[in-house]
Amino acid sequence: MISLTSPVETRAHGWPAGAKLAGLCGATMVLFAIKGLNWHLGFLAATLVIYAMPGRQFFQGGMRRLRVLWPFAAIILLWHFFTNDLANGAVIVLRMITAVGLANLVTMTTKLSDMIVVVRWLCAPLRRFGVKTRSVELAIALVVRFTPVLAQKGQTLALAWKARAARRLGWRVITPFAVLAIDDAEHVAEALRARGGL
Amino acid sequence: MERSLTLIALFAALIAALGLVPKFDLAFGVPITAQSMGVMLCGTVLGAKRGGLAALLFVGLVALGLPLLAGARGGLGVFASPTAGFVIGFPIAAFVTGLAMQQFRALPIGWAAGVAAILGGVVVLYAFGIGGLMIMLNKGLLEASGLVLAFVPGDLIKAVLAGFITAGLAKARPASLLSRS
Repeated sequence: MISLTSPVETRAHGWPAGAKLAGLCGATMVLFAIKGLNWHLGFLAATLVIYAMPGRQFFQGGMRRLRVLWPFAAIILLWHFFTNDLANGAVIVLRMITAVGLANLVTMTTKLSDMIVVVRWLCAPLRRFGVKTRSVELAIALVVRFTPVLAQKGQTLALAWKARAARRLGWRVITPFAVLAIDDAEHVAEALRARGGL
Repeated sequence: MERSLTLIALFAALIAALGLVPKFDLAFGVPITAQSMGVMLCGTVLGAKRGGLAALLFVGLVALGLPLLAGARGGLGVFASPTAGFVIGFPIAAFVTGLAMQQFRALPIGWAAGVAAILGGVVVLYAFGIGGLMIMLNKGLLEASGLVLAFVPGDLIKAVLAGFITAGLAKARPASLLSRS
C-alpha cells in the first residue's frame, strides 16, 4: 500500500523519527502559545522555505496536501472580515496552515517502518506489565494488507450491482461488503490458530 | 484471542475501504462517504471494547502516515487540521456505540443498532468534532456548531442505515455479532 512518505529523498528522511515527532510537538505548542501576526507570518514563511529546500517536486507535493485547508481559510477570513477582526482571523489561518504544514513535513519525510519503531518504543512500558504488544504490530500488518484487498472486493461488489441493477449503487451493498470482511477475519483467525496462535 | 484480533483488524480495514470505494448515493441522491458508517458498524457489530479498538487502530494508522481517510488523506497533518476532533473522536464514538448496543439488549437488533449509532456516531462524534473546531479555529460553541450543522442530517441517515445493515449482518453471520454475544 502506498503511504504518504514523499518519494523525493531528503536529508530529513535519515533523521530519527522520534526526534522529528518531538520537534513537531514543540513547534505546535509554540504556534498555539504565540499570538502576534508578524510572528505567524514569519513561521509560515519559514515553513515554506523548508518545503522549497528539497526541490520543486517536493514543494508541489506538499502544497497539494495543504489544499484541503482553503475552504476553512476562506470561511474564517470572511467571518473575521464581517466582525471587523481581520488581524485575529489572519493569525488563526496562518497558524492552521503552518501547523498542518509542519505535521505533513514529518509524515512526508518518515517511512512507515520508522513510525512503527516509534510505536514499539512507546509500547515498551506496557510490555513490562505483561501486555503482549506483538499483537498490535500484527494488527497493523493485517490492516495494511487487507485494506486494498477489501477495497478490491468492494469494487467487485459495485460492478456486480451495476451489472444487475438499473438503479444506482445504494447503501444495501454495504451489508455483503461487511460480510466479506467478517468472513476474511474468521479465515485469518483460523489460519493463525493453525500456525500456533498468538 | 486470534478471532478478536482479526475482527478488530478487518473492521479497521473496513473503515478504510469504505473511504476508498466509490461514493454511495442515498435515496434522494445525496452522495455520502460511508467512512463514518464504518465507525458506527465497529460499535454495533463488535461491541464497545473491540469496536473502539478497531477505530483506534484505524486512527493510529492514519497518524502513522497511511492515506486511509476519505479522499486519500492521512498523516500527522490531519491531527493539526480543523477537523481533527472528528478523527480523534472515532474510537470514542465506536466505543459509545458499542456500549449503547450492549445496553439495549431488550430492543430488536436493528432498532438497538440504529439508536446506538445515533448516540455514538452522531452525538458523541459531533461533540468531539465541534470541540476540535473550537480549539483549532478559536471559535465559540455556536459558531463551531454552525459550521457542521449541515452534515448532521446525512449522518443521522447513515446511523439509521447502520441499524438496517447490522440487522442484516445478524441474520447473515449471527456468530460474529460480538456486541450481542
